[in-house]
Amino acid sequence: MNLSEKISIEKSVPGRRGLVFAKAAKPASAYLPAGALRKAPPRLPEMGEFEVVRHYTRLSRLNFCLDTHLYPLGSCTMKYNPRANEEIAALDGFAGAHPCAPDSAVQGTLEVLHRLEKLLCELTGLAAFTLQPAAGAHGEFTGILVAAAYHRSRKDRKRVEILVADSSHGTNPASAALGGFSVRTVASRPDGRLDMEALKAALGPQTAMVMLTVPNTLGLFEGQIRQIADAAHAAGALLYMDGANFNALLGLAKPADFGVDILHLNLHKSFSTPHGGGGPGSGPVGVAAALEKFLPVPRIAEKGGTFALQAKAAGSIGRMRSFAGNTGVAIKAYAYLRGHGAETLRSIAENAILNANYARAKLKDLFPPAVDEPCMHECVLRTEPEKTNGLKTLDVAKRLLDHGFYAPTIYFPLIVHEAIMIEPTETETKETLDAFVAALRAIHAEALADPEKVHAAPHTLPVKRLDELGAARNPNVAWG
Amino acid sequence: MTYSPHTSNDRAEMLRAIGVSSMDELLAQIPAELRAGGYDWPAALPEPERMAHARALAAKNRALACFAGAGAYDHHVPAAVKALVQRGEFLTAYTPYQAEASQGTLQAIYEFQSSVCALYGMDASNASLYDGATALAEAATAAARITGRKKILLPESLHPEWRDTLKTYFGARGEPVLETIPCPSGRLEPAEVERRLDDTVAAVVVATPNFFGLLEDGAGIAERAHAKGALLIAAADPVSLGVLEAPGKWGADIAVGEGQGLGNALNYGGPYLGLFACQKAHMRHIPGRICGMTTDAEGKRGFVLTLQAREQHIRRERAASNICSNEALCALAATIHLALLGPEGLKEVAELCVDKAHRLAEKACAVPGFRLRFEGPFFHEFVLECPVPAERVRNALLKEGLLAGVPLGRFDKALKNSLLVCATETRTDGEIDRYAAALGRVSK
Repeated sequence: MNLSEKISIEKSVPGRRGLVFAKAAKPASAYLPAGALRKAPPRLPEMGEFEVVRHYTRLSRLNFCLDTHLYPLGSCTMKYNPRANEEIAALDGFAGAHPCAPDSAVQGTLEVLHRLEKLLCELTGLAAFTLQPAAGAHGEFTGILVAAAYHRSRKDRKRVEILVADSSHGTNPASAALGGFSVRTVASRPDGRLDMEALKAALGPQTAMVMLTVPNTLGLFEGQIRQIADAAHAAGALLYMDGANFNALLGLAKPADFGVDILHLNLHKSFSTPHGGGGPGSGPVGVAAALEKFLPVPRIAEKGGTFALQAKAAGSIGRMRSFAGNTGVAIKAYAYLRGHGAETLRSIAENAILNANYARAKLKDLFPPAVDEPCMHECVLRTEPEKTNGLKTLDVAKRLLDHGFYAPTIYFPLIVHEAIMIEPTETETKETLDAFVAALRAIHAEALADPEKVHAAPHTLPVKRLDELGAARNPNVAWG
Repeated sequence: MTYSPHTSNDRAEMLRAIGVSSMDELLAQIPAELRAGGYDWPAALPEPERMAHARALAAKNRALACFAGAGAYDHHVPAAVKALVQRGEFLTAYTPYQAEASQGTLQAIYEFQSSVCALYGMDASNASLYDGATALAEAATAAARITGRKKILLPESLHPEWRDTLKTYFGARGEPVLETIPCPSGRLEPAEVERRLDDTVAAVVVATPNFFGLLEDGAGIAERAHAKGALLIAAADPVSLGVLEAPGKWGADIAVGEGQGLGNALNYGGPYLGLFACQKAHMRHIPGRICGMTTDAEGKRGFVLTLQAREQHIRRERAASNICSNEALCALAATIHLALLGPEGLKEVAELCVDKAHRLAEKACAVPGFRLRFEGPFFHEFVLECPVPAERVRNALLKEGLLAGVPLGRFDKALKNSLLVCATETRTDGEIDRYAAALGRVSK
């Protein structure tokens, strides 16, 4: 096992070539003014093709990934990424389609996108979807602009505030601010749910929207979601659902039935498309019928079995990015959903919930849950450093890596002290969960017997704990 | 089909361990009235049928020789790029939150940032943004913060969808304020920029090559912008930088680009790759993830996500940007692509683009009735003025298996007869000849 790899520029040898192309009939200097031409070549590595393949293959082996390790990152839904989806999205007909091709030349792609929109409508009960947003946060921003356009259309200009829960993802307030709204945080109750009284006190003629994650980031269903929706609507505000945790509802419940007006989904979470080390994602936004006209352009239209990409739509908030969206990701999500029938859909959420509760039940005596009751697709536990020789959540995360598991999400949600947020997903076996539970229990025992070993973890990875403060103080972000 | 591995025995054992008697008891958290009644859902397709279904849909798209560009370019994607980005270790990892177990992804991000800096002549970059248009929106936001000013000057020679994206991004908030500079000659006139520059302007945006394929006088505009205390934001196609001077060398403070052409397929518009790079002074205004080199507890080199105090998960409503997921795998493809090509390979590709586009332009303009709409040097794209509406030309060539370009009338009615045409290294001499011959049949 290699434990380190030089950076590519350090392997560069002047004159060494990888891909070689035909020579142009005439050089660029024959066509372009000398002043526009590059004086010095860019400092890129000079490597042979085989060296490049070996370099990145060796680099890849320094990673934990879903294919090699349980990756129980809470709120990230690291479920199996089916290979059939990859093969389908890579079909030449799909991958080679130019975004400015006329509709007649891309009927296959448009049909997939249209069908996916309809499936997402059915899963959520909402009237219409846009597939344009490139990621969850981009979807949130889209939804916020839709809400702004809705209030503007009603000449209701006093609605300048968005309410978010104190357990919300950081993207919620960041997206709200980007849309020009001020943000007010609403507290959660000790049982992890939004405090209805605090919400009602905060709602008013200045409230544009309430943003909630369902299930919330403690992995709990907001049982009062209908009352929350009613209260928001009574105050003239809209209800936004952050659908990052939609995996828990897939095949079980439709957010439209909760009273949700706008939501985004993450195709790279609930719909099995790979995360690629940080992206690409896709964050479709669904809306209730009254808000459809505000959705971004382009929209996909269908008439008599023929599909069209419409660049303009009256009332639309406009365009959120270039072209149609992350089409390649959407195709994978479509392939995933077509593998399921109505009868297996609900098994997605059920097994996700089963796995999270199993992990919770097997760990809660050593790692107390933030709220001690059954959870949905993820459970939030805690470490208790004062009882365990100072075993902190960060130590558990690092030591888990030595035990052969990627770490859960840690220190989130912010309202839980020393939080460990575990989302196993439905695609993990009982055997894997048993091994994960055994590792966590072993780490707890290690903390009591040999605390130094845990505090200094990881011991078996390519690097030891890294100096993050030093990295931020003297940033070295490029080889220069 | 289900990707859940549990047998009925597993489920029973697990429910018992949880201490509930049934799955329904576990689901009691969701009030009954909020449970879905049912789903109108198509029958499940087992993998063979699903593949056949997908192939049939893909076959409804037409295979065409692509002479369309407009921000999405049909460059060769090397086989090694395709193979390496499909490695599960890269494909199925998440954002590298646990650095010690993610050194592969992190080092690749460092190499990506370095490659982007090398191309654009900048000091700092990030792990990627969604696409070129949103990268420009982030650059405009950063420029407004850096300067404390509120106006952004946008040329009409910038991609119309990028301009539209900025309008959407800033419309609701009302700032930064966008002012569009007309470009009747297809290029930004430095004097027109100068006329609009005052102490409220945060940045001037220059795309070069611009939307019409033309090279702009970046240095002249940068000089004027700087004289008034404004920043210069350059938008440049990274492939063009194989032969064109790096924006950082001619005065750009921030540079953005659409990186799709570096090892990523056309994919009908996405996933693409937003590039962002800047001078060192602006590093703490960069949006999104940044990877930095550091050392571990034993002094060994390693990589981490750094400068995170800018980001949404720490700063929430005061973050530099709301971005979380980016386009990491597309950035990896670009990194591998650039390593495979090296400076010489990238130059070869860029020179092939220039050569083929100019030979195509010459042949097209030899057809009676066709001419170049704008004067001036261009990279691999040009506006062909047609004797008839450009859509008609496009539709005629479609019948011959050619995607002739992008008719510009949908962006600007005055450009109804204008066709934006591109040739990359993947177009063959035979296809270029067929293109010109097909134009000849249209003009008759």
